[in-house]
Amino acid sequence: MEIKKGIGVSPGIGIARAFVLDSEKYRIPLRYVNEKDIKNEIERFEEAVRNATKELENIRKRFLRRFRDDATPIVEGHIKMLQDEHLKTQILEFVKNNKYSPEYAVSRVFRRYVKTLSGSNDPLFTNRIQDINDIERRLLKNLLEERREELTDLTEQVVLVAHDLTPTQTIALDRHKIKGFATDVGGRTSHTAIIARMLGIPAVVGLNNISFDVSGSDTIIVDGHNGIVITNPDEETVKKYAAMGESFSIFEKKLVDELKNQPAVTKDGYEVSIYANIELPQEIQLALKYGAKGIGLLRTEFLYNTPQRLPIEREHFDIYKKIAVQSGEKEVVIRTLDLGADKMEVNNGSKEKNPFLGCRAIRLAFQQPQVFRTQLRAILRASEYGNTSIMFPMISSMDELIKAKDMLAEVKNELRADKIPFNENIRVGIMIEVPSAALIADLLITQVDFFSIGTNDLIQYTLAVDRGNERVASLYQPTHPAVLRLIKKVIDEGAKHHKTVAMCGEMSGDWLYTILLLGLGLKVFSMAPIVIPEIKKIIRSVTYAEAKKISNEVMSFQNAQETLDYLKKYTAQILPQFSS
Amino acid sequence: MLVEKNIKIINKLGIHVRPSTQIADITNKHQSKIVFIKDGLEINARSIIELLTLAAGCNADITIRAEGDDAEAVVNAVIKLVESKFGEE
Repeated sequence: MEIKKGIGVSPGIGIARAFVLDSEKYRIPLRYVNEKDIKNEIERFEEAVRNATKELENIRKRFLRRFRDDATPIVEGHIKMLQDEHLKTQILEFVKNNKYSPEYAVSRVFRRYVKTLSGSNDPLFTNRIQDINDIERRLLKNLLEERREELTDLTEQVVLVAHDLTPTQTIALDRHKIKGFATDVGGRTSHTAIIARMLGIPAVVGLNNISFDVSGSDTIIVDGHNGIVITNPDEETVKKYAAMGESFSIFEKKLVDELKNQPAVTKDGYEVSIYANIELPQEIQLALKYGAKGIGLLRTEFLYNTPQRLPIEREHFDIYKKIAVQSGEKEVVIRTLDLGADKMEVNNGSKEKNPFLGCRAIRLAFQQPQVFRTQLRAILRASEYGNTSIMFPMISSMDELIKAKDMLAEVKNELRADKIPFNENIRVGIMIEVPSAALIADLLITQVDFFSIGTNDLIQYTLAVDRGNERVASLYQPTHPAVLRLIKKVIDEGAKHHKTVAMCGEMSGDWLYTILLLGLGLKVFSMAPIVIPEIKKIIRSVTYAEAKKISNEVMSFQNAQETLDYLKKYTAQILPQFSS
Repeated sequence: MLVEKNIKIINKLGIHVRPSTQIADITNKHQSKIVFIKDGLEINARSIIELLTLAAGCNADITIRAEGDDAEAVVNAVIKLVESKFGEE
């Protein structure tokens, strides 16, 4: 039994077998396989050899067509080396005798070859290291790929262990099979954390080497409340945690049942709205179950996750329509694509040095107008089937907003010309996530129906802190006076013009800031479905008058920590269960 | 039966990928265990990759050692191949 401490980012208890996701980017860790799995692991290795050989055969055929047979000896050499019986025996001996995972056995054997070859003074031979590396890579790629495929059709419940999870990996997840997440890196606002809260799966991140230390058949407990992961727990520990998990879900269920149909209204009768952020279409059910009054942020990036191919209008439309219909009267805010150029593989552009300050979101949309138009058309067409709104991400100037609106107007004209119905009065809003936009909120508000504050980016751009960089992550302070002043300005401008100001960043779903944001006058809180009950509970436990007093007080503080301490103390006073 | 013979590599490029393949083709058709030894490094001559890692260039001196019923035959076949320069320069 081994206990590791990390950061709990999504509450709950998960107990299951570990499923370790490898990543090509990282070195192959020493990992052991269980005696009973050896047969399967050998089969997996042999399959990888077959697939790698098939790949090479195809390359050889292509070569033959293009260059006759001049270039084929190298490829043929690779094929022969892959089928080297002695090589295979050595690798499988490591698997059978040392119980190494095939990946590790492969890298061990190849590393030795490379070492021997690099001892030669003859460049004719040291150059052959490339061939050896090439074969190893192809073999590993096939081994790892197969494991990845496995993830999409899991047959049992697992705890997912990884260095980090990429959006592409999480897209394919079957929520009912995943009992927990445990990752090496990440913080409260990392992708894994957001996804975990979205899906309501317990998660602990920042565990350093968990993906190296755990092997595929270990049993794992993820305690998302306390940020603890236990590997191979004894029976008693499993019992204890199973009971804890049980009582948590009872408490949670009670909270959900108790509050689901209650409004988010303060003790003195001031009402706000709680919306849900959703990342995947199927989460709409979760959002409704937890009592969301609308969808404040429908991320659409999942549509762009198929490599080398862009979604067609029909694919956009089908999904938007389905969500609109399922939500009925409830508002659904669809955010247009919010990808970086690097994420769009079709784009194939050169790598950006500084992607967060680069060509992403609305900027990318302007550079790929056809991609953008396709999405706009689909959103408009879906607006006929429910209460949908449209939201542009990362607007930083008036010009960008006007340009986006012009494009929307053009697409509307096309639809009218084609006699395709859509909601003529569809509401248009923007994300406020760049400090320049917050500072000219008074100008921007005249051109939109609503604002939605994206705190994650707003904070990182305002404070010049990369929240994913552990060395500066502590400087990422939502309660920094600069951030609070920007938020206040945006809310005030909205109020002045009688327009809705929502917040869909992580801050609105974090109970620490609820009273402050309430007092500042935030009207729509949009968050991961799973945290809706606790935020609603807080709102229903205070008066608007005291929230206002608190926010006034906070605005006079000079640093982030002072505010944080104050909010913690205050929230714990009225709701003792939130004192952690 | 144990057979051991010394030989010099005489083709220009030495035992690179293609010669390794040719050697392995022969050694795998025989039953005997066969190794190449160069500068104290001993490798399995049935394995293309190991043959390659021997890094035997032109003029390299190699000891061939085979053990088994057809040891004589396999060693002779390999020597013939090496002397034919693997069909190269």
